[in-house]
Amino acid sequence: MIKINNLSKSFNGKPVLQNINLTIPDGKTMVIVGQSGCGKTVLLRSIIGLMHPDSGSILINNKDITKMSQSELFQVRLDFGMLFQGAALFDSMTVRENVGLALNEHTTLSREQISEKVDERLSMVGLDTIGDKYPSELSGGMKKRVGLARALIMDPKYVLYDEPTTGLDPIMSEQINKLIMDTHSQLDVTSIIVTHDMHSAFTVGDIIAMIVDGRVIFCGTVDEFQSSDHEYVKRFAVLQFGAS
Amino acid sequence: MINHWIGKKILTFFMEVGRLWRLFILLIIATRYLFGRMDLVLKQMRVIGVNSLPLISVVSIFTGAVTAWQAVYQFNGVMPEGMTIDFLGAAVNAAILIELSPVLAGIVIAGRVGASIAAELGTMKVTEQIDALETLAIDPIRYLAGPRFVAGWTMMPVLVIYSNIIAHLGAFVVSKFLIGVSSATFFGSIQRYFSVYNVYSGLIKAFIFGGGTALIGCSIGFNTEGGAEGVGKSTIKAFVFSSAFILIADYILAMILF
Ligand SMILES: Nc1ncnc2c1ncn2[C@@H]1O[C@H](COP(=O)(O)OP(=O)(O)O)[C@@H](O)[C@H]1O
Ligand SMILES: [Mg+2]
Repeated sequence: MIKINNLSKSFNGKPVLQNINLTIPDGKTMVIVGQSGCGKTVLLRSIIGLMHPDSGSILINNKDITKMSQSELFQVRLDFGMLFQGAALFDSMTVRENVGLALNEHTTLSREQISEKVDERLSMVGLDTIGDKYPSELSGGMKKRVGLARALIMDPKYVLYDEPTTGLDPIMSEQINKLIMDTHSQLDVTSIIVTHDMHSAFTVGDIIAMIVDGRVIFCGTVDEFQSSDHEYVKRFAVLQFGAS
Repeated sequence: MINHWIGKKILTFFMEVGRLWRLFILLIIATRYLFGRMDLVLKQMRVIGVNSLPLISVVSIFTGAVTAWQAVYQFNGVMPEGMTIDFLGAAVNAAILIELSPVLAGIVIAGRVGASIAAELGTMKVTEQIDALETLAIDPIRYLAGPRFVAGWTMMPVLVIYSNIIAHLGAFVVSKFLIGVSSATFFGSIQRYFSVYNVYSGLIKAFIFGGGTALIGCSIGFNTEGGAEGVGKSTIKAFVFSSAFILIADYILAMILF
């Protein structure tokens, strides 16, 4: 379980997250929605310890990640996989090297065993034929899928997605949504997805939280979200579908 | 207004020095772990060392050549001609070993290696690749900076030894074919005044210049912000900082070593 308590963060005096309280139960998929620039990425980066909040706590299985030493943090991160908005593939490495890096660094598996596991993850995301290519040779959607394969290589308990469908065409978005759901059911993970794509949110989410001006203004199931009377929630959902 | 500007610059300078110092300590700690990761270190040794050989060759051969030519020109009229010829090898030898090879090779490496480390790590920073490493529980200081730092301080002395040889070759060719000094006179002169201390002091400088350049490149790369423009700024900054470091450290080392 991930429990976020009273989390606040500001940059140069400008508050970005204000008193965020969220609980993500094990095995659930939480989608955090909100306008661009509302602090979604900052929240996600705080959960995995890439950014340090000004106050509040983030409990992963009752252990506060904000108070951990560097080595404890690295230990906890072995349970996490993160898909970055721009995929963040290592461009000096091939797809296979990208996906297998963590196994190479953290396990004593043989070359063949690693290769096998990499193949398994690559075929899971539908990319078994591009292992020897470099990231610069891939399309945006392929990069995201490789990024997902890399995030899943260590069999994480928690998977974090930063805008997985942003900037993709509708067909590729649909594929990514399906992959997120497959990942969830096949690997039995707890997921947090940050997005402003409401269609994706409704498709993959169990719980939806909405952030406006750095505060959580809504948190509930997809059904509750769709029947909410909250002005902003209604407007956000309607405008999204109106526009696309 | 101007006070404020100067104050800010001084503050940034000390912040930068603080960052360098912190990274230096962390790198010293990381060195232990790198014994098990010779694959990473060897790769950087190739990038920093072997791939710099062509450039170092060109710079060294012309440095040697011009030193011989200028030495004769400067000695002329000050010393009797026989003495000029007699001293030529020794003068060229000392200048190359103590100053020219370490400093010129150092600055060439600052341009080639320091800047490219900053550009590479800076690009990784702004495209979140460094963050991605962290989420995979891989320490970027160990994995990225460590091998570059070790390759920097180990390969620079090797490059300087190579540069010494090539520079002497350049000086010899000019002395023999353009100035008309015989091989025996040229090398005899070197032999008579040769001091092995000059070689050591040049190598100590190389060790410090190489480590410093890699350290500065890594630190500036890791602290890059602001997309492609930021990477450009970091690249220039790494070159300026490491060249300045080399010239200042050269002066300080001269005071200590001589
Ligand atoms: N490292 C940083 N330094 C300063 N400001 C930042 C930094 N990271 C994010 N911000 C600011 O925080 C706000 C939220 O950013 P972000 O979480 O990236 O938004 P989004 O919801 O689109 O992911 C933005 O106004 C952004 O400018
Ligand atoms: Mg974002």
